[in-house]
Amino acid sequence: MRYTAKKIATMLLTMVIVSFLTFVAFSLLSGDAATRLLGTEATPERLEALRIELGLNDPLLVRYGRWLWDALRGDLGTSYRYGQSVSSLIAQRLGPTLTLTALAFALIVAVSIPLGVLSAKYAGGRLDRALTVINQVVMAVPPFFTGILFTYLFGLVLHLFIAGAFPAGGVGHYIGYLFFPALAVALPRIAMTVKLLRTSILDEAQRDYVRTSMSRGRSRSGILYRHVLKNTLVPVLTFLAMTVADLLAGSVVIEQVFAVPGLGRLLLTSIEGRDEPVARAIVVLLAFAVILCNLAADLLARRIDPRLGSGVGGAA
Amino acid sequence: MNKRILTLFLSLTLLLSLAACGSKDTNATDARRDANEIVVGIAQDLENSLDPYTSVTAANREVLFNVFEGLVKPDADGNLIPAVAERWEISDDQLTYTFHLRPGVKFHDGSEVTAMDVAWSIDKAMQSGSWKALDNIDAVNIGDTFVSVVLKAADSDFLSYMTLAIIPEEYDYGADPVGTGPFRYVSRAAQQNLVLERFADYWGEGAKVDKVTYQIYENAEALVLALKSGAVDICAHLTATQANQLTESFNILEGTMNLVQAVYLNHAYEPLANETVRKALCYALDREQVFDVVADGHGTAVGSSMYPNFRKYFLPELADLYPHDTEKAKAMLAEAGYPNGFDLTITVPSNYQPHMDTAQVVAEQLRAIGVNVTIDPVEWASWLENVYSGRRYQATVVGVDASTLTARAMLERFTSTASNNFTNYSNAEYDEAFAAAIRATTDEEATAQYLRCEEILAETAANVYIQDLADLVAVRKGLSGYRFYPLYAIDLSTVTYT
Amino acid sequence: MRKNTFLRVGLVLTALVVGFIVLGLFWTPYSPNAMDFSRLLPPSAAHPMGTDKFGRDILSRVMVGAGDTLLIALGTVAIGTVVGTLIGALTGWYGGWVDELLMRLNDALASFPSILILLVLVSLLGGGREHMTLALGIVFIPSYARIVRSEFARARTQNYVHSAELMGASTARILFVHILPNIWHTLVSAITIGFNNAVLAEAAMSYLSIGVSPDEASLGYMLSESQSMLDSAPWYALGTGAVIVLLILGVSLIGEGLQRGEN
Repeated sequence: MRYTAKKIATMLLTMVIVSFLTFVAFSLLSGDAATRLLGTEATPERLEALRIELGLNDPLLVRYGRWLWDALRGDLGTSYRYGQSVSSLIAQRLGPTLTLTALAFALIVAVSIPLGVLSAKYAGGRLDRALTVINQVVMAVPPFFTGILFTYLFGLVLHLFIAGAFPAGGVGHYIGYLFFPALAVALPRIAMTVKLLRTSILDEAQRDYVRTSMSRGRSRSGILYRHVLKNTLVPVLTFLAMTVADLLAGSVVIEQVFAVPGLGRLLLTSIEGRDEPVARAIVVLLAFAVILCNLAADLLARRIDPRLGSGVGGAA
Repeated sequence: MNKRILTLFLSLTLLLSLAACGSKDTNATDARRDANEIVVGIAQDLENSLDPYTSVTAANREVLFNVFEGLVKPDADGNLIPAVAERWEISDDQLTYTFHLRPGVKFHDGSEVTAMDVAWSIDKAMQSGSWKALDNIDAVNIGDTFVSVVLKAADSDFLSYMTLAIIPEEYDYGADPVGTGPFRYVSRAAQQNLVLERFADYWGEGAKVDKVTYQIYENAEALVLALKSGAVDICAHLTATQANQLTESFNILEGTMNLVQAVYLNHAYEPLANETVRKALCYALDREQVFDVVADGHGTAVGSSMYPNFRKYFLPELADLYPHDTEKAKAMLAEAGYPNGFDLTITVPSNYQPHMDTAQVVAEQLRAIGVNVTIDPVEWASWLENVYSGRRYQATVVGVDASTLTARAMLERFTSTASNNFTNYSNAEYDEAFAAAIRATTDEEATAQYLRCEEILAETAANVYIQDLADLVAVRKGLSGYRFYPLYAIDLSTVTYT
Repeated sequence: MRKNTFLRVGLVLTALVVGFIVLGLFWTPYSPNAMDFSRLLPPSAAHPMGTDKFGRDILSRVMVGAGDTLLIALGTVAIGTVVGTLIGALTGWYGGWVDELLMRLNDALASFPSILILLVLVSLLGGGREHMTLALGIVFIPSYARIVRSEFARARTQNYVHSAELMGASTARILFVHILPNIWHTLVSAITIGFNNAVLAEAAMSYLSIGVSPDEASLGYMLSESQSMLDSAPWYALGTGAVIVLLILGVSLIGEGLQRGEN
């Protein structure tokens, strides 16, 4: 319990640091909000009046505190560009990004765990060797290039999906479209997970207790699954939690490749368009998601193996 | 255990591939045909406000052309034809215009257009500050079925301004746009789409298709992919490279964009304040190469701020003022005190592929005379803010069009005090000629002065004028009725499935 | 036997790709920006990778673009390694509140997905090669620092360090002459990973058109340009992407080979 409390306290501290850094960065980035709102023809008096009204002349820390307070109450501000509330803009875009992430994650888990286990079980065999080579190659292909290859192969040659035509409507309509982007971001992660799982199973299999129980004559696969898998779960879970974080952040690129109207694209256009409230909110949101994923990994790992200290779960 | 994992794995894979097949939608175009609807691809998001009076961008006007109408409206030949007004009379002193309203014209909200609505709309446009020419209005008088507008001074262009949108009185600006056009506004989603539907109670022939979805593709690559894959039916303003890939399922129509594409120069930037430098840049330009790359050799050379469809005002010979001559350009640059060239950043709105491509070709040509060019692609919103409104730039490649079919719409921005003079051009002779054109009582005199304005722009090398871009429009085979207008507009009411 | 294969293939591949890229720094078949040829030519003897929509030779542009990518990645690794090693060595050696503070900051930075920091940094610093290198370098400092720190903290307790201390060696000498060479294995593997991440990140950023000018040849930007011509000119995307893949693959094979050699 004390461990959990300490972890959560650390997490909150990290969140404060992260949101403060983001706030400072975007304050430097965006220029004068009053000019953005009133246009360039506004008189200096009106600009000054608005600055006072918005509190733009206050010290940075005061502004940060106010923003944090508003954010905690669910008010993320108003977009300069669209005049809509930031939370409603984000809500519109959250669906595709979350679906894409969930789909990619499902693919990673569904494919890499069986492959990793098989690869370890038949270590040194033909399957294992083939997988090792394939893994190396797959890890070297950037997801956006995989995306372009998929667009060409499945979109233009095989006509399995319409590239660039993100279907309108709810999740039911677009989940099919998101399969290929999900696969493109999942592939290198699958390769990494397989490699990690294989290594940690083999490491574990070298341990004394495995050898002992083997010499007692239990069936080999019984040992493999009962003990080894449980113990290898820790690094893999940690890795998978970080994978979720990476998938969320990676949406910036893959959404561009497949023209998916998600958070990533919104972030990109709002950074280019200097739409500070939107960009700031998305960056903080994504960073918080990453922090939460890390915490989840820590707590899960601890639960599976209470002997673990606080050393697990940092980002590599 | 092993089998269970394998089964799980296989069934998940199966499930996911099924999901993938769900998106196999090659019949999307047929489905749209059955539903009598079309999808139009556009390259940029619309402005935040759909207010017809304050729209700055051509892209906004292009869409709103289908929603709003004025007392009069332009036809495909550039004539002004009756719209909300059935007919009009002009007094002998050219000062009073009396418009008789067409009976039974309805707004999209179902209410009927009254003279009060018209007077209110004119007033709104005047207040918006974007319609300077309306300051000439002395009074607007209304009767039951007519509106008469009294001018302070005669203005041969006045009728053109009456293309301004008629909207319902006391219309609330936060609400959806309401006009009298052949299409009714339905919805929009930022960065995604804008949906219109056929307005059943339109006074005229009305639209042929039932629903139009403007799909926004801010990424040129995605736009082409969407066209190819069948997600989009009509898309204008394509480059030749883009259009060439589409010939299988599209008819490629060629018109002109009705804008003046140029390297617009900020005269507040030191080297560009020098007329000799600007002339050197003009000599460096090789239009043929631009035409080749951007539109497979298509395009109309222009030499001043006027495009060819303004037949009366267009002077084709101005394009020959600075024939391509790299050596001469270098010599002039040296003469102006820049023998080693100078740094020049060209800002380009990145979502417009024709401008991006043109900028890259022109940049190479300017480098050939020693100008150290950097291209800075910016998002449309920041182009508007920094270049157009803020005038914080050195040079920009963009197209400038006319909001109304008047020479004034093209030329007023170069008067030294104009609020939209984003090039900071300042020339006393020009200001004088322009003022004379506005004051002129006869059309001949006004025209002569406007032509003089164009000549001054060309002679002082105000900007590096390039062309009126060929407008390559992809229209899906099976659709017809697309017409080109002499101004930046796409009329979707005539488009129909055959 | 196998570990050697990884290393050997990796070295040969990297040598070939880097040779190709370094050649591009000094010589290209044509000027990479000259719009001299017919547009969108398919690969031929004169233009092994074809030409792009401006009639520029793609091979020449790929060579120049890959050169930029390589220089940026090397610069990134240099910044990350030098600064990261310094921070990691000092905090690992001395510990205490400085260590605590720096590691908290490190955690905060690590919880930003790197692409987000890059987006923000490049927007702040502006585009261009130097800024991209700086931004990437900053992003990679925390991970180096973390690795080096734990290695130094461990080395502190080891015998060879104690004996060096007894012999009266200065702290700087112990840190950089005694300990550093002993942990190079860990560093090299971190460097190969860092190098690949830098290549990936640079390509991704320029794919998003962030921090690049469109007329500068850059692999990511060329890929995004090629995307709209996939149908008519698939070789444009394939050739450009293949260079990125081969560069990353070569270096990652070296890393893998070294790691296996170590075990």
